[in-house]
Amino acid sequence: MSTTSVLGGSVRRREDPALIRGKGRFVDDIKLAGTTHVAFVRSPFAHAKINSIDASAAMEMEGVIAIYTADDVRHLGLLLAQVAIGRLRPLLADGVVKHAGEAVAMVVAENRYLAQDAADAVEVDYEPMKAIVDIKEAASDKAMVHEELESNTLITWEAGPWGNEEGIAATKEKIAEAKKRDDIVTVSMEMKNQRLIPTAIEPRAVIADWNDGYGRMTVYSSTQIPHALAGAIAKTFGLAANAVDVIAPEVGGGFGAKLNVYADEMLVSFASMQLGRPVKYTESRRESPYNTIQGRGWVATATITGTKDGEVLAFELDGLADMGAYTQNFTVAIPFLGTFVGSGQYKFPTHWKIGCVTTHTMTTDAYRGAGRPEAIYYLERILDAYAREIEMDLAEVKLKNFIPESDFPGAVAPIGFQFDTGAYQTNLKALTDSAEYSELKSLRDKARAEGRHVGLGLSSYVEVCGFGPSALSGLGFSWTTYGLPSAFSGSGLVRINGDASVTVIIGTGPSGQGHETTWAQLVAGQLGIDYEKVRVTHGNTAESPMGIGTFGSRSAAVDGAASYEAALKVKAKAAQIAAHILEASADDIEFSDGSAHVAGSPDKSVSWEDIVTSAYHPHMLPEGMEGGLEAHSVFSPANATWPFGAHAALVEVDPETGFTQLLRYVTMDDCGNVISPMIVDGQIHGGLAQGISQAMFEDAIYDEEGNLLTSSLVDYPLPTAQDLPSFNLSRTVTPSDVNPLGVKGIGEAGTIGSAQTVVNAAVDALYDLGVRHIDMPLRSRRVWQAIQDARS
Amino acid sequence: MTVNDRSVSGDIDPRTLLVHFIRENLNLTGTHIGCETSYCGACTVMFDGRTVKSCTVLAVAADGATITTIEGLAKNGQLHAVQEGFWERHGLQCGFCTPGMIMAAVGLLEENNNPSEDEIRHGIEGNLCRCTGYHNIVKAIEYAGAKLRGEEPPPAEWEVSA
Ligand code: FES
Ligand code: FES
Repeated sequence: MSTTSVLGGSVRRREDPALIRGKGRFVDDIKLAGTTHVAFVRSPFAHAKINSIDASAAMEMEGVIAIYTADDVRHLGLLLAQVAIGRLRPLLADGVVKHAGEAVAMVVAENRYLAQDAADAVEVDYEPMKAIVDIKEAASDKAMVHEELESNTLITWEAGPWGNEEGIAATKEKIAEAKKRDDIVTVSMEMKNQRLIPTAIEPRAVIADWNDGYGRMTVYSSTQIPHALAGAIAKTFGLAANAVDVIAPEVGGGFGAKLNVYADEMLVSFASMQLGRPVKYTESRRESPYNTIQGRGWVATATITGTKDGEVLAFELDGLADMGAYTQNFTVAIPFLGTFVGSGQYKFPTHWKIGCVTTHTMTTDAYRGAGRPEAIYYLERILDAYAREIEMDLAEVKLKNFIPESDFPGAVAPIGFQFDTGAYQTNLKALTDSAEYSELKSLRDKARAEGRHVGLGLSSYVEVCGFGPSALSGLGFSWTTYGLPSAFSGSGLVRINGDASVTVIIGTGPSGQGHETTWAQLVAGQLGIDYEKVRVTHGNTAESPMGIGTFGSRSAAVDGAASYEAALKVKAKAAQIAAHILEASADDIEFSDGSAHVAGSPDKSVSWEDIVTSAYHPHMLPEGMEGGLEAHSVFSPANATWPFGAHAALVEVDPETGFTQLLRYVTMDDCGNVISPMIVDGQIHGGLAQGISQAMFEDAIYDEEGNLLTSSLVDYPLPTAQDLPSFNLSRTVTPSDVNPLGVKGIGEAGTIGSAQTVVNAAVDALYDLGVRHIDMPLRSRRVWQAIQDARS
Repeated sequence: MTVNDRSVSGDIDPRTLLVHFIRENLNLTGTHIGCETSYCGACTVMFDGRTVKSCTVLAVAADGATITTIEGLAKNGQLHAVQEGFWERHGLQCGFCTPGMIMAAVGLLEENNNPSEDEIRHGIEGNLCRCTGYHNIVKAIEYAGAKLRGEEPPPAEWEVSA
């Protein structure tokens, strides 16, 4: 089910003709003459002292050009991170390793195989030390992950009205009153939100090409943040920002894992400067989890105190989040992002406390949703448990506790942040009143009558995305670490070419989101120029205006708005030129079908070709007008956007084996106005798959020694087409008021809304057997065990 | 061997995998590497009329074989129905899994040009996509199936109003 959009509509994607013919160009497809290849020597231990590294035999091997260790790169400093709390990563392990797979030495050779052969021949003498892997053990501070730090808890994010005395007093009083009336229920559960490996199907790849003739570095990287990477390289090597060009060609999925600056990107740049040749590194699938960030990894206790008729008096979350060994781009900020939506769509007092704990494991950082799926998971799971405890319909409990629609726009969440627009009651009712939802209910009831264990799960969410505002830099999110002046603004440049075709240049870093299509639609629509004549380019920092990249579901709401405003500027100038040519008033000029017309006189028109000819012949322009026909806009929204929605899932569990199957999935999302329904639905599908997959399949497991047991796709199974159903999507539309398009982000909503929906459904299926909670993922063994535990 | 109707040869290290031969020696970089261990399917090509994961085959084992890669699928500038289906039904996002996924779908439809949804899902089980949740890939293959049967494909979901 989809609607047509006033802003665009569904058109075939501009990106696709190359990609479906095998002509898309990804980093690993790029071959520069004279390229050398990198392999890393990686630690087999999670925590060990490095006594010595002997590369002499490896150096003698065929095709080996250079081998570098910490001694060679120490002078470059640690890897830059935006929120630099904790221990930053050394480019190569310096005397000690802190997680399994940490890079200890880098081999550069004539080809990949020779590089790998030599890496295997580098002899490293390690002295293994005790690894701290368990997050609670780490938090106890009995032993330190990094001796130089005072505590393994790097920072504790605490938020909510319980954080101030007034809030505590008011909440306590309400609870005391309810106690007096004997009208109180407390539900509390410790739950895991397991660690995940983002696993874009394209492994990360990078090529650095230093040219000392030009004094310029060109880096090709599969990154979501080309400008930040350029800035980081410039800073690390003491180069001017305009001496580093980063090109992100096609990027094969990112999901946050490519929203990071990586040590390998600095190291290949270093090697290229040393060797004067291009240097390329492509991760293998096996080493990717040791080299590219992971996500989630929380354990927390959620507690709801409420009345017996469904009024929640207080919600508390108290837990720990695993940061891994080293802080990278956003690492410790991820749980902080969770606090934004800590009180969800509700008006009840919320107290949130998450400690960010370092362990001897791979770094965690932003993975699709980044803090928000965790926050919503805990909140919605415990709310479901509370509704069951008081035997009240979960939807009723929600309606009773939602922030009222009359508070919007600009309602303030109890946890302290201000929303843009919202209509939570309308959205939830649109789902629960739908035919699809009724069908889920009747399917469940029918199956139950047949003795099958089928459960219906419901949950809802609000999320925050589309960052801006630029004032976020005051909260410690600042791209200045990477030498970027930009703090969450977006930008776009619109140029009318000589033949009246249009070039739009944007500062985002898409990895499959279809920006070339959507931006072309936005600009073509404004200018009255055929969509086919608009080309959108991105991903080359030498050409594109400053942009911080594609992440946090921000591109349409921020950079899209910038391109839209740039198009308006071009249009205003073109209207003046047309008015001059047609001897009319600029106010009366309208654009359609490739021409400017005088309103009311359809025969008085001038084509874009003629307008652009005038524009580039300034003597033909109105007195005093500057030549040219292009405009650049920077857009910085007043607030982030806050999409929301409600999801329902139907799940069947075989109690004999624990095998759990997702039968149906129905959504009612609200991301404001929609430019292309086709692309928005695609984003939701993909987001759902990842949230459902967290609920059902994925689990990054470390053993006690800190070895990652799930580094291959066999041990870390992604869902196949057979594991997922088709999805049934619908939406409500509540336009945002913080950008001119009225759009909100949609890249992460599917993920944020789905994991708890599936778990709620599984618990519903097994509630009569006494099961109250099952930690994700719902793999057969674990589900079976939960049933046994409940029975005994 | 014959690749995309062109006869090709090369002197190679016997360890060379077919996928590397295709990408490195023939410069046909549309065949992708997502895992090199036979799990993701990004490297799927047609090998003597069957789909194979080209990271599981040694190039020398393909001596004399007839191979079609994604670059050879369109004929005379005309997209194959499966390519058209992926474009028409938004069957790709980042496009990295797409060449392999398209080849798998071609193989599936050559065996059965009227598969049910279950049969489609089963047929592409060996190919992973992290972006689309497979929903629109299934629709794309349904579209292609209809085209190959000479039927009108079902309308796109976004054309059917709520
Ligand atoms: S690269 Fe061959 S199956 Fe993944
Ligand atoms: S489209 Fe990105 S992996 Fe399938």
